[in-house]
Amino acid sequence: MSRALIELQHISKSYDGKPVLDDLELTIHENEFVTLLGPSGCGKTTTLRILGGFETPDEGHVIFDGKDITNVPPNKRQLNMVFQNYALFPHMTIADNIAFGLKIKRKTDKYIQDKISYALNLVGLQGFEKRMPGSLSGGQQQRIAIARAIVNEPHVLLLDEPLGALDLKLRQDMQYELIRLKNELGITFVYVTHDQQEALTMSDTIVVMNQGYIQQMGSPETIYNEPENAFVADFIGDSNLFPATFVRDELIEIDGRPFLCVDKGFGQNTPVDIVIRPEDVIITTPDKGTVTGVVTDLIFQGVHYEICIDVNGREWVCHSTEASLVGTMVGIAVDPFNIQVMNKPESEDEEAAAIEK
Amino acid sequence: MKKTKRNLGNLYIALIFIFMYAPIVMLIIQSFNASKSRGRWGGFTTFWYQELFQNESIMEAFTNTIILAILSAAIAVVIGTAAAIALARMKKRPRQTWLGITNIPMLNADIVTGVALMLLFTTVNVQLGFGTVLLSHVTFNIPYVILNIMPRFRELPPHIYEAAQDLGAGPIEAFFKVIFPEILPGVISGGLMAFTMSIDDFIITYFTTGSGYNTLSTKIYAEVKLGIKPEIYALSSIIFVTVLILLILLSRSGSKGRKMVKEVAL
Repeated sequence: MSRALIELQHISKSYDGKPVLDDLELTIHENEFVTLLGPSGCGKTTTLRILGGFETPDEGHVIFDGKDITNVPPNKRQLNMVFQNYALFPHMTIADNIAFGLKIKRKTDKYIQDKISYALNLVGLQGFEKRMPGSLSGGQQQRIAIARAIVNEPHVLLLDEPLGALDLKLRQDMQYELIRLKNELGITFVYVTHDQQEALTMSDTIVVMNQGYIQQMGSPETIYNEPENAFVADFIGDSNLFPATFVRDELIEIDGRPFLCVDKGFGQNTPVDIVIRPEDVIITTPDKGTVTGVVTDLIFQGVHYEICIDVNGREWVCHSTEASLVGTMVGIAVDPFNIQVMNKPESEDEEAAAIEK
Repeated sequence: MKKTKRNLGNLYIALIFIFMYAPIVMLIIQSFNASKSRGRWGGFTTFWYQELFQNESIMEAFTNTIILAILSAAIAVVIGTAAAIALARMKKRPRQTWLGITNIPMLNADIVTGVALMLLFTTVNVQLGFGTVLLSHVTFNIPYVILNIMPRFRELPPHIYEAAQDLGAGPIEAFFKVIFPEILPGVISGGLMAFTMSIDDFIITYFTTGSGYNTLSTKIYAEVKLGIKPEIYALSSIIFVTVLILLILLSRSGSKGRKMVKEVAL
């Protein structure tokens, strides 16, 4: 992996005595697309605002390119932020909005003009120079906000739920735009969202946060396929999250029924949590399944059917392109590779701190 | 049935307007009446207006009024804007408390404010005159400025101040480049309203002025005690028209501001 650009060291922050971040450690590399993902109140926006210089941590240091910038004000930092709801200046034309940072840095008119047309070109809004922000659609305003940030050639672009206010189609288009921009500009993106789909689509690295702690950090594939605890498994995608017993290496029991798995080293007859993604649940005939159950619900979701199956009182959710009628008896099988075994937290605190060990 | 109902309504509105504006129309007519006797129309004249402009003491009071209005409005705008910035950044509870306190001079009976200010000035032994009147006018003007600016802060898009800082502007530069243009319509209407209120005030000025310093309102009051001269009608007409124009300007600047907000919202 490339050079470390930003290091957050032992960052703690609380508001009115309520801790928001607790001893957070995070390293962000050059040219990386990092997404801070978590439910609201998990500390992701606070982390971003500390990076931008809008909040000062109670404890800890922010190291940027080897220098401590913990107490450097936002206007002296070499990073730019794209705000939620865009924060365009309503009384200025699009050109003036984009030129704002450059004018403050006293660049020449020629340079500013070139930059404006370069940036508008980059976000696909040529000819918008004279328009006012109020006359633009949400998606267009979003692009201008990004253009306004990148003309300053920041080392890092911070994005605070920038697509939150857009409709689904536009959001998907903008996701591809952002990936393209990141590749073209070769700068580091730090992206905050609560939308797991967004995080999985765009990121090089996902940082899953909850209650001020980092729960898990890794590539989208790792986070999705190998969640380290029940919170991550539950937050990322739909999942069947069951308590189970780890009988011995490569064998678990769910509700007393044995399933083969590939995990090792959780001890013997240890209580664990397991996660099985709905698309990994295989529906077969009752005689071929590891367990059998009755279909209780069948919901069409476009790409697939969501099928709920009652197995001795426990509900399994399954995604399949083939419908199974409600009331039918079916068999369920799972490929051993698709069962993810996780340590069971003994308390909620431990759950939150699981990754800190 | 419906028609008579509407006619009755129109009649009612007409009556209200007549009661409200008949005295002022009468005043303006009388200011052009050549006859010194009020009961008789002696032909159209602008003589009283000429007299008015030649009356040195009235013209001095006029100059005083304008200077006082401009100065007190300007000072109130500076203090009121600063106060509005602070209020806008407060949490809801303390903001409402502080707003309530700043509104007191506006809601309080003028006579109470006037007497209270006079008491204060005499207690601390300040010579009553221009200085004390100016201070008093600033006092009652501040809440009008604050009330005009506060809604602008509420309509401000979130994070634009931070965005300006993010793009390299220092705190003061960010305020003047990004926040001030947005609240400017409120600052202007607040200033205009303060100006109007200052011209309009009699009671507080009356209690806080000393000998030798008169504004138009105290001057007119003094003159009236000696018997009304037709110049006063002319003067009152001018004041009325001035205030009317200011109010029209004010409401127009307000509607323009709303239109701008609508455009942004769309």
